[in-house]
Amino acid sequence: MIITVASGKGGTGKTTVAVNLALSLENVQLLDCDVEEPNSHILLQPTISETQPVFTKYPVISEELCVHCGTCSKFCKFNALFVAPKTAMVFPELCHSCGGCMLVCPKQAISEKQRKIGVIKKGEAKNVELVYGELNVGEAMAVPLIKAVKNELKLNKTVIIDAPPGTACSLVASVHKTDYCILVTEPTPFGLHDLKITVQVLKDLQVPMGVVINRAGVGDKKVYDYCKNENIPILMEIPYSKEIAEMYSRGVPFVEKMPEWKQEFQNMAKTIQRRK
Amino acid sequence: MKIGVSASAASLDSKVDSRFGRCPYFVIVDSETMGYNVVTNDSTSAAHGAGIQAAQTVVNLGVEVVITGNVGPNAFNVLNATGIKVVTGASGTIKEAVNQYNNGELQAVSNPTVGGHFGMGQRRGQGQ
Repeated sequence: MIITVASGKGGTGKTTVAVNLALSLENVQLLDCDVEEPNSHILLQPTISETQPVFTKYPVISEELCVHCGTCSKFCKFNALFVAPKTAMVFPELCHSCGGCMLVCPKQAISEKQRKIGVIKKGEAKNVELVYGELNVGEAMAVPLIKAVKNELKLNKTVIIDAPPGTACSLVASVHKTDYCILVTEPTPFGLHDLKITVQVLKDLQVPMGVVINRAGVGDKKVYDYCKNENIPILMEIPYSKEIAEMYSRGVPFVEKMPEWKQEFQNMAKTIQRRK
Repeated sequence: MKIGVSASAASLDSKVDSRFGRCPYFVIVDSETMGYNVVTNDSTSAAHGAGIQAAQTVVNLGVEVVITGNVGPNAFNVLNATGIKVVTGASGTIKEAVNQYNNGELQAVSNPTVGGHFGMGQRRGQGQ
């Protein structure tokens, strides 16, 4: 089973839910796909056994073979190529590595080179296998690195994916081909606003979903009303408690000091298993 | 000489648009006769690389000079590599800007005048 933990809004508690869920189950692999700001390893403190560079491809145009016909630049939907009568230029940071320009070039003037966009790290802690990506600072292309992290997925384990905030390409890449999505939100106008957008994305992707309300007790009841109207189950409420906040502030997963919560997370996993 | 001007509407009397990549139109003016034609800028809604796509549009039209308000790094680099003069800081109508250029009152720049993504925010008011 593959479960993604997502939110739309940043800072709602995705990593808290993903890590505490992972620590409550057996035979778990946790993939931290928030490659811009991975945090799961801070809570898990794994021993890293392997670091691998991740590359993405971009086109290189041979000045000798290019006849400046402009077919490649017309084809590229991301404007990564520019062709004038006497010059052709490539913008690697805009290239999505589809390889289409190579295919459409009538003179076979285009080849590919690789550039490094980040690394993936693999390790283990507390019986949880962890894989996470670290995107180079300033790098725009997160999706190839997210795919590299997901490429490490082990189907014989319960896989938990910690998704990045937001609702665009990085979220779609993280949640793609997963069995279920847990949406972590908080009962505030901000949590509700971003939850609604994320629900739309997941409906389009046809991924079954349920909501975890973190910091329950603050804010208002509008998130609850929304979930009821949309028929989205509320899987769990994590209270707004000083004890949980203090553990978070020290980087400690709260199930370690409050083991009664392990049962809550196990029950949630069983509910998800039934609903997926 | 063919001059491409970033324009907020489709006429010689419309205002110069301060953005290059995401202006709605290019007015292509013959600086000798003041004859012109209007081209829609297809890159206004491009997710990325609007400046590059807009530059590709004006290069394909064979312009020798671009007059605009501001130009970002990617658009400047491709226009510069193609040998097109980039004139920034223009305001007023298209006709006024071309006349100012003809009279030597506007100069070509040798660097981009704004960072990337300049034209992506809220539309700025005239004269700002």
